[in-house]
Amino acid sequence: MIHVFTYWLMRYRRTWRASIVMSVGNPLLFLIGVGAGLGHLVDHHAPAQMAGVSYAAFFAPGLLAAAAMQTAFLESSGQIARAAAPDGAYQSTVSTPLSPEQVMAGHMLYVAFRVLTSSAAFVLVMACFGLVSGARGVAMLIAATLTGLAFATPAAAWAVGVRVQRHISTAYRMLIMPLYMFSGTFFAISELPGPIRVIVEALPLAQGVALCRSLALGTAGAPAVAAHAAYLCILIVAGFALARAAYRRRLHA
Amino acid sequence: MTTMLSPGPGIARPAAWTVRRVLALVERNMMMYRRSVIPLAFGLVEPLMYLLTIGFGVGSLVGTVPGVNVRYPVFVAPAILATTAMNTAFNQTSFGVFTRIKVDLTYEAIVPTPLSATDIAVGEVASAVLNGLLTSAGFLLATTAMGLAASPGILLAVPAACLVGFAFAAGGLAVTTFLRDFPDFQLIQLVMLPMYLFATTFYPLSTYPGWLRPLVEALPLYQSIQLIRGPALGTFDGPTLAFATCYLAVFGTAAMIIATRRLGKLLLK
Repeated sequence: MIHVFTYWLMRYRRTWRASIVMSVGNPLLFLIGVGAGLGHLVDHHAPAQMAGVSYAAFFAPGLLAAAAMQTAFLESSGQIARAAAPDGAYQSTVSTPLSPEQVMAGHMLYVAFRVLTSSAAFVLVMACFGLVSGARGVAMLIAATLTGLAFATPAAAWAVGVRVQRHISTAYRMLIMPLYMFSGTFFAISELPGPIRVIVEALPLAQGVALCRSLALGTAGAPAVAAHAAYLCILIVAGFALARAAYRRRLHA
Repeated sequence: MTTMLSPGPGIARPAAWTVRRVLALVERNMMMYRRSVIPLAFGLVEPLMYLLTIGFGVGSLVGTVPGVNVRYPVFVAPAILATTAMNTAFNQTSFGVFTRIKVDLTYEAIVPTPLSATDIAVGEVASAVLNGLLTSAGFLLATTAMGLAASPGILLAVPAACLVGFAFAAGGLAVTTFLRDFPDFQLIQLVMLPMYLFATTFYPLSTYPGWLRPLVEALPLYQSIQLIRGPALGTFDGPTLAFATCYLAVFGTAAMIIATRRLGKLLLK
């Protein structure tokens, strides 16, 4: 498993510069453009609705969770579908003593590494803006990584069987982008009309956003944190189990 | 034939183009949508999501926009319309054309036909403008249905979207001729995303400190938004509209000249 992890790490050494644009630059620009710029208008108009919290402080932890999801999805699905293709990297592991389960676990370890490092960079930026500090930052980092993995393992289970690369970008635009926009990242879920709110609250990213935000703003209660974290962990484990089966099916076919 | 007979010593001049040959390429690009209009629909889905999330979602926290005194979604919708024309046109001539050069090898099949490299450049830009027009018209209909059309002046967005589309389609094609490989698109993102976020799409210019404003005003997207937002909100400021029109026309023409010269060399090496 470690060998698979180091393989992806070695490949990452060649592409890390470009990846920083997407995984760190992108949320950073949103933090400045939307958090600070648009936040300027919000803070002037509706300080009461925000319960004494600036819009940037509200938005940043939500963005952290959304960016973790984005990085996790992009790093797992596209790469996995390419690696599982007939000319992909996975094919050469089949003839080695590595089992499909190990190939999957090693790849997931690499995705966890990518989500952890890019989230850490983002938390660092938040700290520079004075939006988080100390233990809360570390707790948020763990929460963001859990959020990312909750998308990475189900995405892996799906992507290893994908034979048309275009489906990955379709899923990104039709599934991941709407989640990014509507899971309470930009505005509170409580603003949504009743029935939609109930559905959105149950979505995985909404759980991650709620977890990160309550940790950042110090409004976290132990039962709520436990519930959100348990939800994400169940998703990770279920995705992992499905991915094991899917890898075995595709690589030993 | 003329191009073959006039090799011209010194700098090679871009070949001529004709409307008929350009239309052949436009037709080819449009034929692709007979199989699936999903790529075109994507151009509409993203701006609509931004309108719902930021326009309505965050907008309910903003109320009315200081300086212009309109509801926030009414303020944002024309700007997102400008970005729709920009993104659709730009994506078609950047990612679309680069894929046709590198992956589909479309032009290798076109080069032996009577179409010149200039025909290809003009044809790609023309079909990108058409795409931009289609998605922005779709967005315009959606915003009107949501009751966000504050003034009949918003209809000016239709010709404006053509000009915006032309400027960014030509710009996209010029940039494409400099790309080495697909990872370079990350660098394009590094320019396009900040422009999208900072060119007064989501808040008025007065939000910026004085020294930063000229920098924002120099952005082509800022000028595109100027061209569409004012009339959409019912204010017609002659000099502003004239300047934005000239800016985009000059920007697009300059990019077009660069693109045709370089594309010729790229396809006929």
